[in-house]
Amino acid sequence: MKKLILTTAALALSAGLAIAASHGATVRLGTEGAYAPWNFINDNGEVDGFERELGDELCKRAELTCEWVTNEWDSIIPNLVSGNYDAIIAGMSITDERDEVIDFTQAYTPPDPSSYLATSADVDVESAVIAAQAATIQAAFIAEQGWTLVEFATPEETVAAVRNGEADAVLADKAYLEPFAGQDGLVMLERSEMIGGGVGMGLRESDGELRAKFDAAIQSMKDDGTLNTLIAKWEVASTW
Amino acid sequence: MFEFCADPETLDTFRWFACYLTTGKHIGMYWSVLTVLALLAITAPAALFFGFAGASAARSHVSPVSWLGKAYIAVVRGVPDIAFFLFFVIALDQMFEYLRHKVKCPDWTEPIRQGNDFIVCDAAKLPLGSSPQWVHETYGFFLAVLTFAIVFGAFTANVLFGAMRAVPRAQIETAEAYGMSRRQAFWRVLVPQMWVYALPGLGNLWMILIKATPLLFLLGVEDIVYWAKDLGETKHARFTDYPHGDWRIWYFLALLVFYLTFTWISEKVINRLTKRLSHGQATLGGDAQRKVTA
Repeated sequence: MKKLILTTAALALSAGLAIAASHGATVRLGTEGAYAPWNFINDNGEVDGFERELGDELCKRAELTCEWVTNEWDSIIPNLVSGNYDAIIAGMSITDERDEVIDFTQAYTPPDPSSYLATSADVDVESAVIAAQAATIQAAFIAEQGWTLVEFATPEETVAAVRNGEADAVLADKAYLEPFAGQDGLVMLERSEMIGGGVGMGLRESDGELRAKFDAAIQSMKDDGTLNTLIAKWEVASTW
Repeated sequence: MFEFCADPETLDTFRWFACYLTTGKHIGMYWSVLTVLALLAITAPAALFFGFAGASAARSHVSPVSWLGKAYIAVVRGVPDIAFFLFFVIALDQMFEYLRHKVKCPDWTEPIRQGNDFIVCDAAKLPLGSSPQWVHETYGFFLAVLTFAIVFGAFTANVLFGAMRAVPRAQIETAEAYGMSRRQAFWRVLVPQMWVYALPGLGNLWMILIKATPLLFLLGVEDIVYWAKDLGETKHARFTDYPHGDWRIWYFLALLVFYLTFTWISEKVINRLTKRLSHGQATLGGDAQRKVTA
């Protein structure tokens, strides 16, 4: 047994040595790929959306070679921390809890209210069953209010829960919910919740240098207005 | 894929589906079927190897070896799969990186654990941050194979351990009477005869292994269940040329057919194997075959 593990380790070591020859700074960007228009997998099977365009532009400005990786939302922070990729760019709102574990760049979209999508316009959210994606600011918000919350692993499941009556409404980002409104009798509620501190890129706390590069790139996109153009193009948030 | 796919909105149903089912995303799903099959093809013999080593170790007369074998069987079988897959793989990956770090960057002074972060020097990263995506994917795939092999190896070891003890004592006695050494009796008499006792248990494990493949996604490998979920999700006209509603049920039905067909074929193969291995054995199955030919 032990010998086997050692042999495998030795094999892995030598395999690594072989590839060590090619060296360069590639930054791996981790995203979820299931949260249109922020990020999704397009018909060709590639990462697409607002954050794809934004990330590519940021890398160009920071003179980095970037590569896209998809990861499940649930384990997106642990995998960043253990070094499987170098940055999270997945519509992640900047919150204090997350900030304790990872670091954020400055926000690239301003704080926006989250909206409800419900079965009918007169759903009272305070007494209703609300669906939200697990480990999101929306789920944390409902739990904090003490309302009834059902959590799901993916955004799609939260909407499906409302459609089949498991929940009365879903709380999520407005840009994500909007395309669903008007289908299957689903409507947006008037009420919205002001939560979250804008969306930023997540980086390891020990990676200050990379953070500074992305911060500068985001600032330059804010300054010349290209960031606003991009936000307007994908209709993900309000502009700066 | 096809030329008429340029403007999907104008197509009739048949052509629409022809185009829809051949998008890059669907091709990704078809590839993932191969990924799953490759995983099974590599994991099954690897697990058998781990199992054989574990079982042989467990019945060794050298106490430490026997303890090692028994500890492997007991510990790995006792840990929930999902915990094993989440914790063990990250630990395994970090162990490799730690070893490489010690070898390649001896004059690194900063601590490897900084708060939540696990930091090794760039040269020790596995795979290297600069290597292309397919290297990362292959590495993830082999981590998955290794983990599956270790987990299923423990169960296999237990099955083989039992099978080795099920071979009638008289067979070994006869071997000894012929003057074979312990080693010879093991390889020439015990091992060839134990398979028929092991097969029902091994068949079971194979079925469980087939069903366990969706755990792949926990390890970052995109398997068929991941693609089925992603492809089945509601697609809006803004983000795709092929908008549709929540089609997950159809994709999962396809998965059901895939898995059921696969287990059905497996069962056929296992039955044939049992028949073959029973041939000439001192078991009920073997006896029955003798009576038919006699």
